[in-house]
Amino acid sequence: MTIAEQQPASIPLIPFSGKDRPSSDIINTCVHCGLCLSSCPTYRETGLEMSSPRGRIYLMKAVDEGRIGLESEVFQEQMGQCLNCRACEAACPSGVQYGTILEASRVQLEHARADGKIKPAEQAPNSQLPTPDSRLPTPDSRLPARPLWQRALRGAVFGALFKDMRLFRAFSGSMALYQKSGAQWFARKSGILKLIGMADTETLLPPLSGDVTVPMGQIYPPGDGLLPTEPRYSVAILTGCIMSTAFSQVHEATIRVLQKNGCEVILPPDQTCCGALHTHGGDLDGGRDLARQNIAAFEGLGVDAIIVNAAGCGSTMKEYGHLLHDDPEWHERAEEFVRKVKDVHEFLAEIELNTADLGRLELSVTYQEPCHLAHAQRITAQPRTLLNAIPGLELREMPESSLCCGSAGVYNITQPEMAASLGSRKVGNALTTGAQVIATANPGCALQLAGELRRRGEDVQVRYIVELLDAAYAAK
Amino acid sequence: MERTQLIEELRRIVGPRGVVDDPHALMTYDADGCVMDTGDPQVVVLPTSTAQVSGVVQLAARYGIPVVPRGAGTGLSGGATAMFGGIVISTARMDKVLEVDTRNGRVLCQPGVINYELSQQLKPYGYQFAPDPSSQKACTVGGNIANNSGGPHCLKYGITASHVYGVEMVLADGSVIWSGDGSPAAPGYDLTGVITGSEGTIGLMTAAWLKITRLPEAVRVVLALFPDIAGASSAVSQVIASGLLPAALEIMDRLAIKAVNDMYKLGLPESAGAALLIEVDGVEDGLDELLHDVTGICLRNGAIEVRPARTLAEQNQVWAARKNAFGAMGRLSPTYYLVDTVVPRTRLPYTMEQVGRISREFDLPIANVFHAGDGNLHPIILFDRRNKSQNQRALEAATSVMHVSIEQGGVISGEHGIGVEKQDYMTLLFSTDDLAAMAGLHQSFDPHDLFNPGKVFPKGRGCGELAALRKAGVAWAELKSS
Repeated sequence: MTIAEQQPASIPLIPFSGKDRPSSDIINTCVHCGLCLSSCPTYRETGLEMSSPRGRIYLMKAVDEGRIGLESEVFQEQMGQCLNCRACEAACPSGVQYGTILEASRVQLEHARADGKIKPAEQAPNSQLPTPDSRLPTPDSRLPARPLWQRALRGAVFGALFKDMRLFRAFSGSMALYQKSGAQWFARKSGILKLIGMADTETLLPPLSGDVTVPMGQIYPPGDGLLPTEPRYSVAILTGCIMSTAFSQVHEATIRVLQKNGCEVILPPDQTCCGALHTHGGDLDGGRDLARQNIAAFEGLGVDAIIVNAAGCGSTMKEYGHLLHDDPEWHERAEEFVRKVKDVHEFLAEIELNTADLGRLELSVTYQEPCHLAHAQRITAQPRTLLNAIPGLELREMPESSLCCGSAGVYNITQPEMAASLGSRKVGNALTTGAQVIATANPGCALQLAGELRRRGEDVQVRYIVELLDAAYAAK
Repeated sequence: MERTQLIEELRRIVGPRGVVDDPHALMTYDADGCVMDTGDPQVVVLPTSTAQVSGVVQLAARYGIPVVPRGAGTGLSGGATAMFGGIVISTARMDKVLEVDTRNGRVLCQPGVINYELSQQLKPYGYQFAPDPSSQKACTVGGNIANNSGGPHCLKYGITASHVYGVEMVLADGSVIWSGDGSPAAPGYDLTGVITGSEGTIGLMTAAWLKITRLPEAVRVVLALFPDIAGASSAVSQVIASGLLPAALEIMDRLAIKAVNDMYKLGLPESAGAALLIEVDGVEDGLDELLHDVTGICLRNGAIEVRPARTLAEQNQVWAARKNAFGAMGRLSPTYYLVDTVVPRTRLPYTMEQVGRISREFDLPIANVFHAGDGNLHPIILFDRRNKSQNQRALEAATSVMHVSIEQGGVISGEHGIGVEKQDYMTLLFSTDDLAAMAGLHQSFDPHDLFNPGKVFPKGRGCGELAALRKAGVAWAELKSS
């Protein structure tokens, strides 16, 4: 017998075009060995090869060679479903720079959508993309549509909010008011959030202190401020967007820990968001604007290091050189900037941590590795070294510590189903250790973990590693 | 039958989310780790239970549609590629370790369990699954059993066949059998032995009892550097001849070192023509003496330096470099052809010389990364698939390597299986009678050529009986093209 094949309708293929097209050379570095598969969170959840790095590169190759076009639903869905966690890069023996070609593919899609060449994915007919029934809850085989509010949000967030830190802080302030005023209680009780499709997003909102870190050129001296001390190092901190509002206390902890380690700490004014959400989301030009602004804010300071305490920001900033490689005026300045960017754990492990002043913390802690620390920056040993340096603290390794928690920037807003599934897997793994605290080093992860723990009603805390170090210094 | 009807029926068996039928999505299933042979399946299904697999096989049998089992698709011989289309049954969602039975030294698991993760799950019990193919971080135990996979540590612990106690398998009529009761010595025909290495051609594996091995008390790893590959090969040959049994003896040549040196921060000198990775394991007492004996042989065979990996991190780094060496070839060349043959270990030095000659003759670089202790060669022919002449020369060079290996008393596959890649070389090694006996065995399990057609057996050229036996597969191909 034979299977009658359906003839595909004749449709024009939309190729990669213009600047920021995925490099054919990088695509062809993939030798299809498949060693990346097990490292990929979406492959692990679905078992589908098109949802694996090898499969996605194959799809990019197909567009690159003109066998399929950007309008392919599978291509669009897969470029959106990828978390850009880059675990595959760490696993890849051939050194395929996956993040680079993924981001370029997203730029291509965003341009094609903006030009009206392709319909947004949600208007396309059913793609029959399956997800496993046993693991993901809803029976609909389609990936969730990107609702209208998300598109509006995307414009507002990428276009305005993250580009202007004053606007961002004002927005955060109003969200704090929302949480404190009882409006949050009303909104949760009334079900209005479900109605507008924001129920999941809302539980991810961190409790906001109302305090924000505003970089205004403050200089914090080394030591504990009691006696004047000669600084061992002069460092500047990227305060960022979410970190400066929702996680202001982490900045405070970071500053104190650096002071304890003989650093003079500067918060340079005029700095802005690192641009991670833009570059990961297909708005490379938006990311470039922010990169230039940050380079200008930091380059004249003469500091020994530019310290970043959020994994996602650190990895983005370390790639400014690549981001601006076509910009003759900025490329060299970007490279110079990149040489100074240090993740806070990387820096502390390098300078010989002040262990003499660490007090005891009788805590069991498990460590959740942020993807952009473990995979993008390949920083895996240092966070553990720091945790193990704290007297009394017991580090319990969880299974799949470096598998993405599903946060991935705006991913839990754009792909809530997969994000929830991965969040649940991650917290499940963390809970098997019985640890009292989950340590991490990135705002997205912290929110994702806290949200999932709250949903489960678990009494486990989420803390940044620098917060634990700060607490240990305070305990002396 | 209409394709839509088939898909509808498959959805009823495995659920709507267990079926992939979008043509663009199916493209990502058109090859495994061997990109020289490709074929698109009409549909991919992802069952989660033995009952679902049985349902799919019954449906396929009713309509005479080929069934191709696929694990992680990391194989290197095209074994998981749907050469004649049909239904690919992916085991990706059958990935559970069902029972760890340390008292009987065994584990029950589904075929989609990843090799490395099985060992990780056994670690807290003080055990491991010993066969460790280089792709172990991604490949599945189902694929290991189907290909009777090897790995560096198989020198001491034996290949996969030595670690399978029993397999649950769905046969061509959808019935489910166990090939043994999960004990090391089951009576009757050794069906487990038949299934191991059958490359998905006689049924679909749905669970297996596997032997587990105690983790060694201590491990030592050293890298011995040689000016050339001949010296390293001679050292290996002498180590084996002197009766010493390291856990692993692996050689990387100059090109392979070049591919991995930077990424894995090995810091090996350019002057090293070959690196011999030596691992010894076992009880702490006597381990240093064993290592001393092995390195002594290396030095007597011209080793210029012996570098111990002192910490666990250093050991892991050396092993990561070795195990990722194939994948790292992307750094040297856009395509490679990885040849997998075996020669008697005494013939290693001569054979390696011949590989060098073949490289010069066909004017293509050949890297070598291989299980020297087993005499299992892996010449990696580097070429660009887009260049027709290089393509042709790569194939011819591979054939020459096969001929040389067989001349030296070796075989045409060490561990990667025959699949599509080696099927036409089978006649170099086996007589028509040998092959007919195998075909007869195949016939008794799979009379209608349902499972993984077009694999293992030669394509029928000059081999009448076989052609007849594999007729069903050819008939399918004719139907498909009509």
